[in-house]
Amino acid sequence: MSDWIEIGHIEDIPRLGSRVVKTKEGDIAIFRTGQDKIHALLDSCPHKGGPLSQGLVHGDQVTCPLHDWKIQLASGEAIAPDEGCTRSFRIRVKEGTIFLMV
Amino acid sequence: MKEKLVLIGNGMAGIRTLEELLKLAPEMYEITVFGDEPHGNYNRIMLSPVLAAEKTIDDIILNDRQWYADNNITLHTSKRITRINRGRRTVTAEDGSETVYDRLIISTGSSPFIIPIPGSELEGVIGFRDIQDVNEMLDAASKYKKAVVIGGGLLGLEAADGLVKQGMDVTVVHLVETLMEQQLDSAAGALLKSSLEERGLKFLMEHKTEALLGDRRVQHVCFSNGLQIPADLVVMAVGIRPNIELAESAGIHSERGIVVNDTMQTYDPRIYAVGECAQHRNITYGLVAPLFEQAKVCANQLAQLGISYYKGSTTSTKLKVNGIDLFSAGEFQKSDDTEELLYQDPGRGVYKKIVIRNSRIVGSLLYGDTIDGPWYFQLMRDGIDISEMRERLLFGQVSIGDSGHSATDHIASMPDDTEVCGCNGVCKGDIVNAIIDKGLFTLDEVKLHTKAAASCGSCAGVVEQILASTVGADFAVSPAKRPICNCTEYTHDEARSTIAKYELKDIRAVMDFMEWKTPDGCNRCRPALNYYLLCAWPGEYVDDSRSRFINERVHANIQKDGTYSVIPQMKGGMTNAAELRAIADIADKYSVPEMKVTGGQRIDLFGLKKEQLPEIWADLNAAGMISGHAYGKSLRTVKSCIGSRWCRFGTQDSVTMAVKLEEMSWGSWMPHKFKMAVSGCPRNCAEATIKDLGVVGIDSGWELHIGGNGGVKVRATDLLCKVQTQQEVLEYAAAFMQLYREEAHYLDRTAPWIERVGLTYIKQRLIEDGDGRAALAERFYQSQKYAQIDPWRERVEGKEAHEFTPMIEIVD
Repeated sequence: MSDWIEIGHIEDIPRLGSRVVKTKEGDIAIFRTGQDKIHALLDSCPHKGGPLSQGLVHGDQVTCPLHDWKIQLASGEAIAPDEGCTRSFRIRVKEGTIFLMV
Repeated sequence: MKEKLVLIGNGMAGIRTLEELLKLAPEMYEITVFGDEPHGNYNRIMLSPVLAAEKTIDDIILNDRQWYADNNITLHTSKRITRINRGRRTVTAEDGSETVYDRLIISTGSSPFIIPIPGSELEGVIGFRDIQDVNEMLDAASKYKKAVVIGGGLLGLEAADGLVKQGMDVTVVHLVETLMEQQLDSAAGALLKSSLEERGLKFLMEHKTEALLGDRRVQHVCFSNGLQIPADLVVMAVGIRPNIELAESAGIHSERGIVVNDTMQTYDPRIYAVGECAQHRNITYGLVAPLFEQAKVCANQLAQLGISYYKGSTTSTKLKVNGIDLFSAGEFQKSDDTEELLYQDPGRGVYKKIVIRNSRIVGSLLYGDTIDGPWYFQLMRDGIDISEMRERLLFGQVSIGDSGHSATDHIASMPDDTEVCGCNGVCKGDIVNAIIDKGLFTLDEVKLHTKAAASCGSCAGVVEQILASTVGADFAVSPAKRPICNCTEYTHDEARSTIAKYELKDIRAVMDFMEWKTPDGCNRCRPALNYYLLCAWPGEYVDDSRSRFINERVHANIQKDGTYSVIPQMKGGMTNAAELRAIADIADKYSVPEMKVTGGQRIDLFGLKKEQLPEIWADLNAAGMISGHAYGKSLRTVKSCIGSRWCRFGTQDSVTMAVKLEEMSWGSWMPHKFKMAVSGCPRNCAEATIKDLGVVGIDSGWELHIGGNGGVKVRATDLLCKVQTQQEVLEYAAAFMQLYREEAHYLDRTAPWIERVGLTYIKQRLIEDGDGRAALAERFYQSQKYAQIDPWRERVEGKEAHEFTPMIEIVD
């Protein structure tokens, strides 16, 4: 059963930063961009499984801390010429409160 | 309503301009392209492999029709533009159709120069310029036997080589006595000639062609000395002529080419010209690298950014004939104010010449072994003073420290399965295929697509050579002025000086003031700017943790499985039973799976979860240990031997020296990691001469060594000076570190920095200028006041707590 779950407030995540939500299916990285957009990706780079939540956020991308792959925050797709995709999760923000679909 | 942009000429320079423009301003223009050939944009420099039947036309198409469609570009092929009406702002095609423009790019390229002699209009007389020429040559090769190539320059020799491969009997006719006389001296020309003769080419040197004879098709070539030889095919390769007729007929000022200014604008401000048809500062270019630089500038102007200017290009030449290694750049003939360094080994077929003026390279010519071509070219373009390495210069970069790739010369003959990039396991064949299939021209593009040279970078020279030998004369060497990253046109030095001059005090201010192209930078520029601000405004600038790489953000080293390793400080490598017992207890308490003594004489605890870090640090702090900074672009460790305290050979107390150095400098942020070592005698057991700063005890005091590196490129230190007292060692060390902190580029180790600025400069700042040295040291001490705060203790006390705790745990 998937459901919207309240995971916290937008101010819990530093701008251009990330926090982790721990779930049964693995860690999910929640990102906040410079424009305050919130995105959620499985915390695992499609390359070698690096924790994306530990990467540097810039624009609408995150750079993986292990080998510098760049991943689109919205889709989880690697930026060409790298190829791969990590799972993305739906997010809803209501008056600053973040809900995650798991 | 979008403005209308029309491009005349569907070739490499014009399309590259559009590609650059689409990157900067994808929605700005409605774009229409006219080309008179029937194909999409193809890779003209790959015509030789097509002639050699190694590739088909489809293989060398760079932009297929889908690309034009995807980018909403209207493409008209086989449609020549015959008229530009500047008053009405229209272009007219040969079928009479008119198209309106707001901005126009002329990129009509060039044509082979056909010598105006009797018979030049005969069938079977062609140039070597486009796919049609190649098809005619292939067709001729299938029906006829004898070919004559007029012109022993780069293009002529490539055409001749291709025709020999097609089984033709080929004679190359050249007006003067040296082949490729624009690029080669007579010695190198002779070597080239004899190896081409071995491959079956024939030469007629110092022969002037006077007429071509035949009924409909050419049959004979006649020379001014009366000689006459048979020919079924004549390829004219004596030069190219910019196509300026269209521009001239519209009254646009043209000389040899269409005259443009530094923004690639013609005399009509709505009209730009790029590529071989353009004449910039009196020069027209025929190689791809400069055309791409022009394309970048033109696109920047069309996107109305207006921050990029074309200042002309320095070009180098590489002959694209299989099995022949030849590289030439700049001046190669001796003149009154130049000197020549020469190396000749006829047995190996190697010839090297470097031309020097005022201790700077102004030209290089390499035959047989071209591995160092790009290196000499770089030294030449950056105007590096080579006096320090002069005696070893001819022996190549290997001789001054690159131990990684000493065996790789003769790129052309290297087998395809030779591993070039040891980090990422990339072979020569992979690189060559990517260059051809994906149409790559620069080292950066090759790195991106193949990952070769993308990790440690030690094979970058070899990769650049493979690039050069694959695409020949046209490879684009990394530009002389390197922007920090794709977010900006500005260099590291420009960013630093702007920060100081305009007193910019945070990253946002720098990005706004310098008009960054991206909203918040990237993983390359943000850490660099963060460091520059930290260095410029100690105590004032607030460190931006979001611009720190993870290791520096959480003060531990991320490992491949996402766990962390922790290394406590252990000054000079000295420890004691109490410390070791505390570390052992902590290892037990947190079930540390593995421990190791590091290369820098510290103890590393592996496999820790991020959430555990603050607890472990608290325990280490309680035992009197603080962060060892083993994770940062910062002072790492000061290594030492035991020295005169115990050693029967020791002349100085190296341990005390090392501890004092580490006490002075721990916690300082640097452009890159910074390692020190202190040895108590010249036996040098602490290996001080491969450190960024090495101190070696001698009977009369201490030797100070700088710029060593034991990593990818082994480089022994340079001796800076000898001093007598501990106090002097500390002052010189502080001053050296501060000079490095203030002037090196972010991510430059001391070794490449010193090679760039020269040891003479460092000595002048640290030895000759005593007051300057004291001031540098003072600035170092000042900034250390704010840097020497244990980051572990801060986090134990709650700083950045969000880093170490999950946002929430969803249990069911």
